[in-house]
Amino acid sequence: MFDTITLGQYYQTDSLLHRLDPRVKLVGTFVYLISLFVVDSFVGYIAAALFLAAMIMLSNVPFRYIVRGMKTIVFLLLITVVFNLFLTPGEVIWHAGIFKITREGLTFAIKMAVRLSLLILGSSIMTLTTTPTQLTDALESLLRPLKKVHVPVHEIAMMMSIALRFIPILMEETDKIMKAQIARGADFESKNIVKKIKSMVPLLVPLFISAFRRANDLAMAMEARCYRGGEGRTKMKPLVYHGRDRVAYMVLLAFFAICILTRIFF
Amino acid sequence: MGIKIDDICFEYERGTAMQVTALDHISAEIPDNQFIGLIGHTGSGKSTLVQTLNGLLKPTSGHIYYNGEDISGEKFDKKKLRADVGLVFQYPEHQLFEIDVLTDVMFGPKNLGLSDAEAKKRALEALESVHMPEKYYKSSPFDLSGGQKRRAAIAGVLAMRPKILILDEPTAGLDPKGRDGILGMISDMKKNLNMTIILVSHSMDDVARYVDRIMVMGGGKLLYDDEPVKVFRHVQELENLGLAAPQITYIMKLLKEKGLDVSTDALTVEQAAAEIMAHRRELHV
Repeated sequence: MFDTITLGQYYQTDSLLHRLDPRVKLVGTFVYLISLFVVDSFVGYIAAALFLAAMIMLSNVPFRYIVRGMKTIVFLLLITVVFNLFLTPGEVIWHAGIFKITREGLTFAIKMAVRLSLLILGSSIMTLTTTPTQLTDALESLLRPLKKVHVPVHEIAMMMSIALRFIPILMEETDKIMKAQIARGADFESKNIVKKIKSMVPLLVPLFISAFRRANDLAMAMEARCYRGGEGRTKMKPLVYHGRDRVAYMVLLAFFAICILTRIFF
Repeated sequence: MGIKIDDICFEYERGTAMQVTALDHISAEIPDNQFIGLIGHTGSGKSTLVQTLNGLLKPTSGHIYYNGEDISGEKFDKKKLRADVGLVFQYPEHQLFEIDVLTDVMFGPKNLGLSDAEAKKRALEALESVHMPEKYYKSSPFDLSGGQKRRAAIAGVLAMRPKILILDEPTAGLDPKGRDGILGMISDMKKNLNMTIILVSHSMDDVARYVDRIMVMGGGKLLYDDEPVKVFRHVQELENLGLAAPQITYIMKLLKEKGLDVSTDALTVEQAAAEIMAHRRELHV
């Protein structure tokens, strides 16, 4: 039932992007997201799109797979576009009754759509090529300086990795409970909003109970293995920068410089 | 009439690198009023097969007919099918959600559009069929023991009065006592209620003594589909699949190898004992 939600789920394959140090990818994604707000011109968006296209090619993830994941956010995208299209004040170029489209609204809506699509694609490229474990390792490593000011960096990273780890499990669980209740005649496809909310009870109650049970089991298993936080804990696969990671940082820097230049000159 | 499975296939994650064939050209007929054991190792496709039978999964190719009607047909009433083909999932106690056992069992019948009185009548009957002690009817389902929870969950499907009841690994995670309790209860249900039961399991010992017919699955294919006695003659092939014949079959085989001329077709300890007693003269005791 949830086969279609592929947005940002890790895709197992071998590619340059998969092998890159997760810290580079995390920083890279941040830089990319920032750059999308830096650029504000046609040329800038082209540059950002080209950069993303290159990354998609380097990632070896089938383009069809990425696009299929995008389907889930089309609705969100549409809402944004529609609101911007009709509600931005300015020079009216078309109107029917209370609806009017302005020139500013049109350009703004297009910009928003492009920006949002690139934003989501850009961040999904990271999660498609990085396992949740790598990602939290990277986060822990990048945030380590904050430990000086008593931020519980390891605990935050551990919570994040547990949360991420449980997404597929709970998704599977939801699917199983849903099927079991459908087999008992439950109707999850009702269009009636009241019925729809009511029909969620047989799904949510078992799901919460199962989530608590799993959390309990996990805590017990961690304690049985003497887990007591990050102090003195070593890693099986410590993060080490390689030559390709340095090159990647350079490429990022160059890309960001280009984005700033387009902002200045176009 | 029953169910007719006609050459169905099913693939998970179709069109990605993770594509897995779970069902590979399966054909079979499930008549009324039969007790069937569906056996297979983990990942053999048995759970997938039973989910296609009540329309929860749609086969990627092939057809399933219920009483002669194609269940993927547009006009087919899936809700009616799900009432007629009851499916009890693995660990069914994970689906309990109501404030008390009785109300939870009434969930299914009420979804069929029955009145409260009728739903309650059916629920009480179902709870009796699963041998649930009456003192638990008004308890929270979450306060019951593991075995009792499972009985309550099975009653939840039984209350819909299915004509075909499928139980997916109903004994998983239970201790030997709980296991025998559930299996005995299922056997009683078969005797008292007029329906087909499909018992999915990976343990031959669980099913051997109860069922009329065994279907063995491996790698998405239906490998054997016959009376238990005939299936267990393929001991070697079953072992290659990671399955085993009932323990008693091994003992009888060993006795035969040691020179006692017994039949190796015994399925239960009682049958084996009778067979050995019939040959006791040869034992020189």
